[in-house]
Amino acid sequence: MADLSANFIGIKSPNPFWLASAPPTDKKYNVERAFEAGWGGVVWKTLGSEGPPIVNVSGPRYGAIWGADRRLLGLNNIELITDRPLEVNLQEIKEVKRKWKDRALVISLMVPCEETYWKDILKAIEDTEADGVELNFGCPHGMAERGMGSAVGQVPEYIEMVTRWVKQYSRMPCIVKLTPNVTSILPPAMAAKRGGADAVSLINTIKSITNVDLDSFSPFPMIDGKGSHGGYCGPAVKPIALNMTGEIARHQETRGLPISGIGGVTTWRDAAEFMAMGAGNVQVCTAAMTYGFKIVQEMISGLSQYLDEKQMSLNDLIGRAVPNFVEWQHLNLNYVTKAVINQDDCIKCGRCYAACEDTSHQAIAMSEDRTFTVKDDECVACNLCVNVCPVDNCITMKTLPEGALDERTGRKVGTYANWTTHPNNPSAHAAE
Amino acid sequence: MRPMTNSPLTPGIVPGRLPAAAYASNFGDHEPALDAHEARVAADRCYFCHDAPCITACPTDIDIPLFIRQIATGTPEAAAQTIWSQNILGGMCARVCPTETLCEQACVRETAEGKPVEIGRLQRFATDHAMAKGKQPFKRAARTGKRVAVVGAGPAGLACAHRLAVHGHDVVVLERRAKAGGLNEYGIASYKAAGGFAAREVEWLLEIGGIEVRTGVELGRDVTLDQLKAEYDAVFLGIGLAGVNALRAAGEELEGVRNAVDFIAELRQSTDLSKLPVGRDVVVIGGGMTAVDAAVQSKLLGAENVTIVYRRGQDKMSASGHEQDHAVQTGVRIIHNAAPVRVIGNGKAEAVEFAYTQDGPGGLKLSSETFTLKADQVFKAIGQTLAGQPKDLPVDGGKLAGAQATVWVGGDCAAGGEDLTVTAVAEGRDAAEAIHARLTGA
Repeated sequence: MADLSANFIGIKSPNPFWLASAPPTDKKYNVERAFEAGWGGVVWKTLGSEGPPIVNVSGPRYGAIWGADRRLLGLNNIELITDRPLEVNLQEIKEVKRKWKDRALVISLMVPCEETYWKDILKAIEDTEADGVELNFGCPHGMAERGMGSAVGQVPEYIEMVTRWVKQYSRMPCIVKLTPNVTSILPPAMAAKRGGADAVSLINTIKSITNVDLDSFSPFPMIDGKGSHGGYCGPAVKPIALNMTGEIARHQETRGLPISGIGGVTTWRDAAEFMAMGAGNVQVCTAAMTYGFKIVQEMISGLSQYLDEKQMSLNDLIGRAVPNFVEWQHLNLNYVTKAVINQDDCIKCGRCYAACEDTSHQAIAMSEDRTFTVKDDECVACNLCVNVCPVDNCITMKTLPEGALDERTGRKVGTYANWTTHPNNPSAHAAE
Repeated sequence: MRPMTNSPLTPGIVPGRLPAAAYASNFGDHEPALDAHEARVAADRCYFCHDAPCITACPTDIDIPLFIRQIATGTPEAAAQTIWSQNILGGMCARVCPTETLCEQACVRETAEGKPVEIGRLQRFATDHAMAKGKQPFKRAARTGKRVAVVGAGPAGLACAHRLAVHGHDVVVLERRAKAGGLNEYGIASYKAAGGFAAREVEWLLEIGGIEVRTGVELGRDVTLDQLKAEYDAVFLGIGLAGVNALRAAGEELEGVRNAVDFIAELRQSTDLSKLPVGRDVVVIGGGMTAVDAAVQSKLLGAENVTIVYRRGQDKMSASGHEQDHAVQTGVRIIHNAAPVRVIGNGKAEAVEFAYTQDGPGGLKLSSETFTLKADQVFKAIGQTLAGQPKDLPVDGGKLAGAQATVWVGGDCAAGGEDLTVTAVAEGRDAAEAIHARLTGA
């Protein structure tokens, strides 16, 4: 069985699966249950400044969207940072860390953007023996209205400034948690790096309304007939998170900055994908909230099996896909594929036909007896038929070898060439 | 009063073989309705196929993917409307259709994984839900002043009458029996339409207005086709198959030998099943739905041994595989490839002697090898035939052949199509459209 022990910016854990700062990590009871189940680490739910605790709503905090059989696909929450007294949290963190020395325990922090607040909170957590801090610059709801959370994460200068304070007043490893509620994730990541962050973690939740009640006409979750936007998470946000992770991992200015991958990680496979895209570990919340802590056992067995089968170490996996994550202009425009329908597997539902005929390129023929075949002279290889086909691997894309005739264009498949040298590109330059 | 002491072992044809409570559970809903969540899950399995094979397989061409999507999106009323716009008896068809040989056989998930979308149960979910709201979903068009006579208040006649009423014509339905509904009311197993569903559906259907049902009126006895042709602008005949094939075996006249359809009709109309007599050893001869319905219900009434004997192989049985399985699960034995030679008994049936058969290119041959089954009750379920039809109508293959001038035909009495409720509905509906086109010159 592959060794899954991880060392993320000097923080060791028996596996790379951490629970993200969120409701599941709000108190000792939950965190100990998580450690008993096998989680490698937790980021304790965000602590605020000393003083009267945060107040949460007493109506619904979560909204959701579902797939078939009420499979939860996306969750949205309007819960704020911890609403328990600071001293209670600190005492519990200390107790848990003492008892579970082999597990990672990072404290998430969110205080106003003033130096003294950060200095004070860092001092307050000093003797908890926690392994590090994570700066919550991500939450898009509630706290952002008070100038914290994503309100900070959306301004690179603030990110840099606060990160500097943290590095100045603490020797703990510092992870900066980024908000995806920005036009580009790169400036915030660069700012964190400039401020001295040891790592970034992303993504925090996305501003969202899951649904509108069509009787009361209130957004959901509804509090007394009104709704406010929440933070979206769960399987639905994974594609957004993977892209942002990859953007940071590949950019020349942020390359090498350790990343803790977050956003819809539900299975070992999701975790492996985040790691291949550059994450050094992953953080999970919604999957645990949906299925309970036991899912980590599947993540452990699945990732081990995968690494064994690939004969890779965990470190071999990290960033493995990053060199293949390129900009569109560098894609090979002479790469030609055609859809192929396996007639033995086809169940004749005709979804490929409807999709292609109604919404794409009229490249699938349908016979009287419902045999569906691809017209190579019309197929642009868009892959829509593959995606809508209910049968796994029934429709596949066949790659035309160099020199073969593309019946659609009437041209032979050429060697690698991309947009930068394409004759239709006004700014094209000659191939070197 | 002496307590009821009959049991499954009591010899002869007697009532009350079971404890009183057993009847309600034995004859309750055979296949329970889906609840809202089950329906949502079942509906989610539909792939919403292009030009869906299930629609093609449905004799009434219900837009199945559309109604299932309407269930999946929380609008079963709209789903029911989609169903009823093609099949006004969609509620009954959801219960009695052999879906495994129609829509569900064509379902691509049957091809993919051997588990079709549960179309029949979903159809029932939608129609039950919408019927519970109690409103007839169709409105009549302005009255045309045209009058149409519909003979037979079975599925074909009712579908025809409803569609004619929708188009604004005035309809008079003539029914020889005491109640409307035809085989839905008299001819199918009780547990398939529990809770008086057939009668409720007829009542609901008639809410459209413009349809007058006259029961106890028989064509040929109380009224002639010529009279109807003279009095009405058009006539639709949906008279079903009133005749029953004879056994043509010695002893057929013995006491205890009976037509399965009569037994089923009596059972359906019984208000107290504990008073309905049934044999200890019941033999049902035939291989169709009627045979299965008679056999299973005999078993459910407490018969000790119930055997269906069919003269050909299992592959030739017209009862669906689902029906056969149900019979076997209920405890009915099915013997194939055997034909009755004679019913044995002195005044009353005591046994039936069968000869094994061989089904070859030259037809069915009886072998010399025979066996005998104990039988104090014998049900004949070897097919129904056209009977009582007006003499001057052309007959093709034992059935009425198509429309003649102002007379249209449909349902089991008409040539073409299988003898199924759903086929009858399609034929009645289509005849109504043809009549409407003729009457309005459309």
